[in-house]
Amino acid sequence: MGTFHTGKHELHGITVVVETEGEETFVGRCDDMDDEKVILLDVDVHRAGESEVSKEDYLRQAAQWGVFAKHRHLVVDRSKVTAVNRLGEL
Amino acid sequence: MPYSPLLVKPMREELTAIGFEELMTGEEVGNWPGAKEGTGLLVINSVCGCAAGMARPGVRLALEESDKKPAHVATVFAGQDQEATAAARGLFPQVPPSSPSMAFFKDGELAYFLPRHRIEGRSAEDVAADLKSAFAEHC
Repeated sequence: MGTFHTGKHELHGITVVVETEGEETFVGRCDDMDDEKVILLDVDVHRAGESEVSKEDYLRQAAQWGVFAKHRHLVVDRSKVTAVNRLGEL
Repeated sequence: MPYSPLLVKPMREELTAIGFEELMTGEEVGNWPGAKEGTGLLVINSVCGCAAGMARPGVRLALEESDKKPAHVATVFAGQDQEATAAARGLFPQVPPSSPSMAFFKDGELAYFLPRHRIEGRSAEDVAADLKSAFAEHC
């Protein structure tokens, strides 16, 4: 048994990878999602232009262990999102 | 704010009923032999039904169906027993915190870790299969 949440997107509570058209890739727990935004909790961000680790290596590491969250709450503009996938399925 | 103890009680009991020792303080975590010698499974329990709802039945199935099992099984409850949870996570500081999650120790080393995102949306049978593989490899 556990607590469940109604009225949220089907990915609510699921750790997702949010890829964007820019250099940022977000990994966090999806709180909700609609046509305008993706709301994430406990989020880490990979910035391709700033990180010494490639996006591929970052996601490989994230898929194995998870991520250390740098943001408790973050909203991503849906118009910039190119893909949302479950981290557990990478 | 922590959930009501009344709400959490049956979630605790899902594990204590099958033999899990509940560690409720940092001292109890520090004294737990499963992280020091032999084999030990430590479950970071959680309220969230998005993942924990399948985590606990998955653990039960794995223990029921495995010939090889960890010698010690214990649990802390994230969001409830905060000191104990922090101490538990201190046993594997290299791993990002998540709950529910499961840490398997062998001879004082972290041998296997099942993070929350590998539990979310999966069936109890799938979670159990991962644990049974870990038990077979390390026990």
